Amino acid sequence: MSTPEVMHVERSNYLATVADLKNQGYEMCVDVVGVDYLTNPDRLLPEGVVAERFEVIANLLSISKRTRQRIRVQIPEDDPSIETLFFLYPGSEAMEREVYDLIGIRFLNHPDLTRILLPEGWEGHPLRKDYSMGAVPVQFKSVNKAV
Amino acid sequence: MVENTNTSRTADGAVEVPESYALVSETSEGPQELREQEETGRYELAAEFGSTLRLPEGVDVDPGDIDIEFSDEKMIINMGPQHPSTHGVLRIMMELDGEVILRTKPIVGYLHTGMEKTGEGLTYLQGPTNVTRMDYLSPFSNELVFSLATEKLLGLELPDRASWIRMLMAELNRCSSHLMWMATNGMDLGSSSMMIYGFREREMILTFFEKVTGLRMNHNYIRPGGVAADLPDGWEDDVISLLETIPGRLDEYDELLTGQPIFRERVDNVGIITSEQAVALSATGPILRSTGVAWDLRRDMPYLHYDQVDFDVIVGSVGDCFDRYSVRLNEIRESLRIISQIVEKMPSGDYKTQDKKVTPPPRVRIDESMEALIHHFKIYTEGYKVPEGEVYVGIESPRGEIGCYMVSDGSAKPYRMHIRGPSFVNLQTLPTMLRGGIIADAVASISSVDPVMGEVDR
Repeated sequence: MSTPEVMHVERSNYLATVADLKNQGYEMCVDVVGVDYLTNPDRLLPEGVVAERFEVIANLLSISKRTRQRIRVQIPEDDPSIETLFFLYPGSEAMEREVYDLIGIRFLNHPDLTRILLPEGWEGHPLRKDYSMGAVPVQFKSVNKAV
Repeated sequence: MVENTNTSRTADGAVEVPESYALVSETSEGPQELREQEETGRYELAAEFGSTLRLPEGVDVDPGDIDIEFSDEKMIINMGPQHPSTHGVLRIMMELDGEVILRTKPIVGYLHTGMEKTGEGLTYLQGPTNVTRMDYLSPFSNELVFSLATEKLLGLELPDRASWIRMLMAELNRCSSHLMWMATNGMDLGSSSMMIYGFREREMILTFFEKVTGLRMNHNYIRPGGVAADLPDGWEDDVISLLETIPGRLDEYDELLTGQPIFRERVDNVGIITSEQAVALSATGPILRSTGVAWDLRRDMPYLHYDQVDFDVIVGSVGDCFDRYSVRLNEIRESLRIISQIVEKMPSGDYKTQDKKVTPPPRVRIDESMEALIHHFKIYTEGYKVPEGEVYVGIESPRGEIGCYMVSDGSAKPYRMHIRGPSFVNLQTLPTMLRGGIIADAVASISSVDPVMGEVDR
């Protein structure tokens, strides 16, 4: 199995790096994932990369070169936002909405940053580590007054 | 209680973020439904028209310039989530001008069960039980991608036979999934005999699955380290009888559908998508191949032993519903070709790794050895620890690239387990396929995407 290359970039360089990679032949954005590292701050990271609470991973694929490239970006807790890839890869639209919905990272300039899997009006972002599992009663729009 | 802050949109669709927002409390991002054009931001409108595909010009597209004539007869109609042709609980909102579809927005989430969150609470041994329920028409792909990701983290070498068994099951699963698609597609287009035939052939494959794994669906058969059990005695005969029966049935489908004018009228030049659009929208699998891009992970990034079998990647040329139909039909033939090679090449040996770390001791050892009993108990209660790291593995499921992004923090449970669902991503092509078409063709296009809602919503 071909091993994907992993690349760590600063949040400010994220869009430029991805645009650069697109020009180098990475035609497709396969996946955008968010991870909440709240309980794992001492994870393995290469030197020079400062661990933050969140991480966004964009997974690019080059059909012509048959390679993958993963771009990992650290996102601080106090400002969980990052530029959208939508204008480079329109296919990232739903994936970024999913990350927003479940992890709560904002994608700046995303055309339609709404929840996608959970109903609107849902409180919290379930894939965050401080969102407890099983202890929250099921919420529905009509139950919640503050919609 | 957390205070509720509101966000608002500026005229160009960008979201204004208030300074003092508490993100967790932010729950009113706005409705997910398709809104009237007047209320929709420019970027969003461009996205819904699919015009952003022509970037960077697309960003500056004025909705008024888009080449469909607008009248005042615009109407937004809702289809689903309880519609028989949406293959589950897919809800689609369409803006119509008379009979012509202008904008479409698929709205998903009605089957969301938080499987990724659940996956964080299950050990690696329990994980496949969870993921197998995502894409319930091709459960083996889910289990396979989960197991491959775990094994990659563990750095585990698989015994040959385990890999070949996995390939056998994955390919049979591709057949059964495509047969199911042929059946439902036939049903959507008004051919109810196709529906019966498709289910009949699928049932034969499921009977074999039941013999091997004990279950017709949701097998939990492929596990990290190998497969749960060896193939039963006489499995070759069962597979060979499948190999003998199905090709003839496929020729019957050809007769029933491929050459039939009524069917062709419904699918020819309907829901066309170009290869540039498919690549830009991250579509994979039969949708991408129907546009002429020969991209199949089995060939282009081989996993298991796919580099040792001989098969063709089927591509279309137009990218319409008929191409997607014929790609799937012929993929069944290619899968059968692979299966016959697997039957010939199936090696003998272990069906799971002998690495004591991930494989529990056999049942007989438990009766005679205290250590084996402890070991067995430990594996099933605590699981095994997986080295810290993060991996992404992508494989070709019947619907496209299914990927597993797994993060381990060194404990016995995944720290983060993300499945990249091919149907979820492929659904994004729907607005492009439907745009400018007529509403009567919508069902044909929706069906040709082959969404499995269990995987879309996870």
